Amino acid sequence: MSSHTPGTPARTYPPRPEAVYFYATCLVDMFVPEAGMDAITLLEREGIRVIFPDNQTCCGQPAFTSGFPDEARQVVESQLGLFPGDYPIVVPSGSCAGMIRWHWEKVIGNDPALKARAAAIAARTFELAEFLLHVVGFDRKDEGPATTVTLHTSCSARREMGTHLVGRELLARLGNVSLAHHDHESECCGFGGTFSLKHPDVSTAMVSDKVAALKATGASQLVTADCGCMLNITKRAAREDQDAGRSTPSLPGEHLATFLLRRTGGSPAGDQQ
Amino acid sequence: MSTQAQNTAGQPIAFVSAQALRARMHDAVNDAHLRQSFRGAMDFLMAKRAAQFPDEGELDSLRGLSEAIRQYSLSKLPDLLEQLEANLTRNGIQVHWAETPDEANAIMLGIARRHQARLIVKGKSMVSEEIEFNHAMEAAGVGALESDMGEYIVQLAGEKPSHIIMPAIHQTKQQIAKLFAEHIPGVDYTDNVDALIQIGRRVLREKFEIADIGLSGVNFAVAETGTLCLVENEGNGRMCTTVPKVHIAITGIEKVIEKLEHVAPLFSILTRSATGQAVSTYFNMISGPRRGDDRDGPEEVHLVLLDNGRSQAYADEQLRKTLQCIRCGACMNHCPVYTRIGGHAYGTTYPGPIGKIVSPHMMGLEQTHLLPTASSLCGACGEVCPVKIPIPELLIRLRGEAQSAPHANPAMVGQGAGYDAKISLLWKLWARLYARPATYRAFTWLATRLRFLTPKQQSGWTAARTPLKPAPRRLRDMVKDRR
Repeated sequence: MSSHTPGTPARTYPPRPEAVYFYATCLVDMFVPEAGMDAITLLEREGIRVIFPDNQTCCGQPAFTSGFPDEARQVVESQLGLFPGDYPIVVPSGSCAGMIRWHWEKVIGNDPALKARAAAIAARTFELAEFLLHVVGFDRKDEGPATTVTLHTSCSARREMGTHLVGRELLARLGNVSLAHHDHESECCGFGGTFSLKHPDVSTAMVSDKVAALKATGASQLVTADCGCMLNITKRAAREDQDAGRSTPSLPGEHLATFLLRRTGGSPAGDQQ
Repeated sequence: MSTQAQNTAGQPIAFVSAQALRARMHDAVNDAHLRQSFRGAMDFLMAKRAAQFPDEGELDSLRGLSEAIRQYSLSKLPDLLEQLEANLTRNGIQVHWAETPDEANAIMLGIARRHQARLIVKGKSMVSEEIEFNHAMEAAGVGALESDMGEYIVQLAGEKPSHIIMPAIHQTKQQIAKLFAEHIPGVDYTDNVDALIQIGRRVLREKFEIADIGLSGVNFAVAETGTLCLVENEGNGRMCTTVPKVHIAITGIEKVIEKLEHVAPLFSILTRSATGQAVSTYFNMISGPRRGDDRDGPEEVHLVLLDNGRSQAYADEQLRKTLQCIRCGACMNHCPVYTRIGGHAYGTTYPGPIGKIVSPHMMGLEQTHLLPTASSLCGACGEVCPVKIPIPELLIRLRGEAQSAPHANPAMVGQGAGYDAKISLLWKLWARLYARPATYRAFTWLATRLRFLTPKQQSGWTAARTPLKPAPRRLRDMVKDRR
């Protein structure tokens, strides 16, 4: 799946568009909607019209990686018609963006027309962070107090999308934020979708190590651009807090979109509830 | 070690039943000593490798070249094997073909019997591990002694290698000291590493002189010249291939390359990826037995070419990529799963990511169907693979082969061995739900509005995490409200 060569530019980027499609992902839609809302707000604040196709469900990745390509194909086929206009498709997750960019064309079967459609969609699919950095040129003034955060980059963002340095660069543009690097930063957090259910022992060992490494930085919070990793890491940390009888979270985390919005004068959707 | 594969002499280690795998993985992650030593060793190897590739552009072009050589070789495999056989034969090397481990062992036992051999001294060979060579020889009354230091330690301990390059990486110097004191007559306990190496060296030196046959593996078999290349660091490989009167090399059929000029890039990327060495201490090129006026060398040289499931992988365009492997072990060094469970937990000769994709061909999916699921698909293996094997993609393919309903003409032995009607039904329902946007909307509306009904126990997830709970309102609701 390492479709990208480290050290080279991930791809060529288009000029800033008038509008984008926002493909939220099933996890964001149902479990972390505020991250999706904040991403939409960030884009709209830059004067970009955001189209939210109402028929979006899921990129098909859970079935695809579990070894059920036929089920993945059915879901992918249902999503191919969602993006009729020639606008970029922005996805607030490295792994879902990677699924669309590299695997839709493969799972779709042999119908040339469908394959061509999947390929065309793949070519204009971007992970949110790379879109903000390379297409939008995100450069808002940091209005927050001085703070230190730590960053987790998903394996898909790192190895499939080649956007492992993008999160760092976005955070570097925030004047009052310093980034604390953690031990074994490039190592997986242990989520892996159904892996965390099928092999809880090893998955737990991986996420516990990740939580320990992130906490050891002394950072005030975790920032990540992938909700799968975020839920895995923060729910593990919450469980450790619970077991230790701590009432305040020892490792709070939020999506990069939420963090960027809060720091640059916006009001995150989660704060308003 | 609590996690070692059961290994009673003479009894083949065959063994990856789903339950046994889960139990071994469980034991391994809870073994603090094992976790610490593998983490330390893998960190060391990753740093050594990284230091060998300071220039990403150079690494990338060398990987591209190495991948191309391996793919080119595999594309002509049947022809190259014929060419190899012809040229080896011309050089005086006797070529044998074995489809199964039993056939390979029978061929080598036949050679041993013909020479009335009592002792075979071995250089490091993972293929010999794959066929349980030592057990087969011992069962027939022929001694087989490992001369690679790591393999020697593992043999004394009655274990299998836990890493394909560093077989005894799981053993501490104290454990090795104890093994030596227990098994080698006249040796007192010492955990001084230099002293231990000298002890091993002294024992093995004697054996090279009295051994009737030397056995070795092969890293590259060059078809155009009929040359067997052997990469090693200890010099024991050279001893095994030159001192005894008979040398038997054994390798998998995929190791053939066409031209001598293909050796250099593969050799370079192999040692740099494996141990972070610019070059290994020894590089042997074996082109035949001792000739008329030669002063040393074996009188007979044999090559055993083993299939053992490789032709099954070869027959499928995607699975064929498995055979590009040059056995450097970088995938295991960089694997977060291997780092946490070590090599023995896998229960296969080849552990780690490469083991997960190659073992199903050797052992069938009946025994191995759970292996491909034991990965988070993080992609670290594929990223460092010197010949660019798309390991995550192959793991996904194998998951599919294992879990699909058994059908006629499968690509693999044991296809469908992991089929579970209930799980398949769940995925069918999932597809129905997510491929029908209206149904999906109704489902997610209910799941968010009835979030208080979300179960608190969520299978493996809540083993170590607080439960997941849908948000009160979906993103699509928030988007609508705002407009």
